[in-house]
Amino acid sequence: MKRVQFSSPFLPYLFIAPQMAIIFVFFYWPSVQAIQSSFFLEDPFGFGSTFVGLSNYSDALGSVQYQAIARFTVVFTALVTFLSLGIGVLLAVKADTVLKGSATYKTLLIWVYAIAPPVAGLMGMMFFDQHIGPLVKFAALFGWDMKVGLNYYDTAFAMIAVSVWKQIPYNFIFILSGLQSIPVSVREAAAIDCRSGFRRFWTMTLPLLAPTAFFLLIINMTYALFDTFGVIDVMVKDKAANNPITLVYKVYMDGFRGNDLGGSSAQSVILMIVVFVLTIFQFRFIERRVHYN
Amino acid sequence: MTRIRLFDHLVLLLGVFIMVAPVVVAFMTSTHEAADIHRNGLSLTWGGHFTETYDKVLTRKGGFTGEITGARMIWNSLILGVGFAAGKIILSMLAAYAIVYFRFRLGTLFFWMIFTTLLLPLEVRIVPSYEVMNKLALTNTYTGLIVPLLASATGTFFFRQFFKSVPEELLEAARIDGAGPVKFFIDVLVPLSRTMIAAIFIIMFVYGWNQYLWPTLMTTDERFFTLVRGIKQILLVWVGSNIPDYNEAFALAILAMLPPVMIVLIFQRWFIKGLTESDK
Repeated sequence: MKRVQFSSPFLPYLFIAPQMAIIFVFFYWPSVQAIQSSFFLEDPFGFGSTFVGLSNYSDALGSVQYQAIARFTVVFTALVTFLSLGIGVLLAVKADTVLKGSATYKTLLIWVYAIAPPVAGLMGMMFFDQHIGPLVKFAALFGWDMKVGLNYYDTAFAMIAVSVWKQIPYNFIFILSGLQSIPVSVREAAAIDCRSGFRRFWTMTLPLLAPTAFFLLIINMTYALFDTFGVIDVMVKDKAANNPITLVYKVYMDGFRGNDLGGSSAQSVILMIVVFVLTIFQFRFIERRVHYN
Repeated sequence: MTRIRLFDHLVLLLGVFIMVAPVVVAFMTSTHEAADIHRNGLSLTWGGHFTETYDKVLTRKGGFTGEITGARMIWNSLILGVGFAAGKIILSMLAAYAIVYFRFRLGTLFFWMIFTTLLLPLEVRIVPSYEVMNKLALTNTYTGLIVPLLASATGTFFFRQFFKSVPEELLEAARIDGAGPVKFFIDVLVPLSRTMIAAIFIIMFVYGWNQYLWPTLMTTDERFFTLVRGIKQILLVWVGSNIPDYNEAFALAILAMLPPVMIVLIFQRWFIKGLTESDK
């Protein structure tokens, strides 16, 4: 906050009112309602609802299907995070090393960021298409009969590939700007002390990048958990039957296709808790980063 | 030394290939005829049917009610992108101004209430949000499409951070000159924030244009479909047909990515600035 401030009895309230109004109506009201209806069993025909305590939660957590989807979500999130971050770091480190064409590489590598997940999913559908998909033909060269949309693991593979592809630019941008903020003097000192480029990366660059990398870890996890909704929705085309889906997609399916309001809300609240923990984690860390910088 | 550099370039070129090739192939394929694509697969060469396909996609009335054209969907996407970005900037600048420059009793409480919105993305509260919109009769309206997306704190935090970095002397000087809070905001802070506003606008426009889940829930009336939301519908129509209109699907994908991609490319510097500084 500022040392010098205005004081006015009503102006600050006027300025902050629009934001607060929108947050109240579109954030707090629905959030409270999610928590509330997670304790009720809604009549599917709209004739009131019954209080059922925690049974929506135990139904969700106890169901074999939910557990399978939760397991897939964990694997999916881990793979998408690890792969997109790994490839992003690799490309950023290389783009930072080369002297010639660095700017061109940067431009060519970042613009995929602007493609919406469902659009990426649509393109993925074509590239993994049974008849025309070049990636299916490519896989066939290795004897892999890829059937995206029919085979559980093939669909999962395609979903992960598309989600990673879409997320690489984001990681690339952040890591590259992190790398470029390392002072030249530090780089030169490290270059004198240590000839091996690989060791230099591990002992100098990586520790300096750690805050950025950690921040990206959380961001990528939330991306894989939530923003991939579009990719999944386009790729499974409402036929979730034997296709892999994530927990967010299940919330959507149960709420809008299955009309199970209570169950869907309970799942929402479970996800809220997951995100809550992730975010708290992130903010604690960012506070530390600000402190040390 | 030279050999290592060569290897670096190879890695980068492979990366560029993986990122760029799918989009190039998508564009080239969209200029072929559907039957041609069905026979020969995706293509890296120019098909010569660019004008027909894109004209058809933009102007032919399609969908279930036959009321929606590609051009209309682009218009809706623009409204969502620009409306969201503008709304976000206005709301968050005002709120950040109140938080940073005023001492008022509920300030801290409001700050934490805004802060909390960062904890729960829209995706985890979709069903109740939809219910609320239903009660307010905002489904199938532009208001319902744009305003609920504004209920998050990202922009507010960005401007709060920026306002805090503005030198104290400016306010002192302004006060000596007799400028009130409103005058100070309009004549000093807004001009100072120009670059920030541009950076945030780019990020938010791309974010708004690319929204999928919320428009899917909010709009059942095809006249309000955005391009990104319409894609699912295209696929659903497509599943049953004999020779799917691959060319049209690719053309729509290209149209859907064109505006945000162009903006990111043209305003690259601002875009990177906005992205790396707003997410902190």
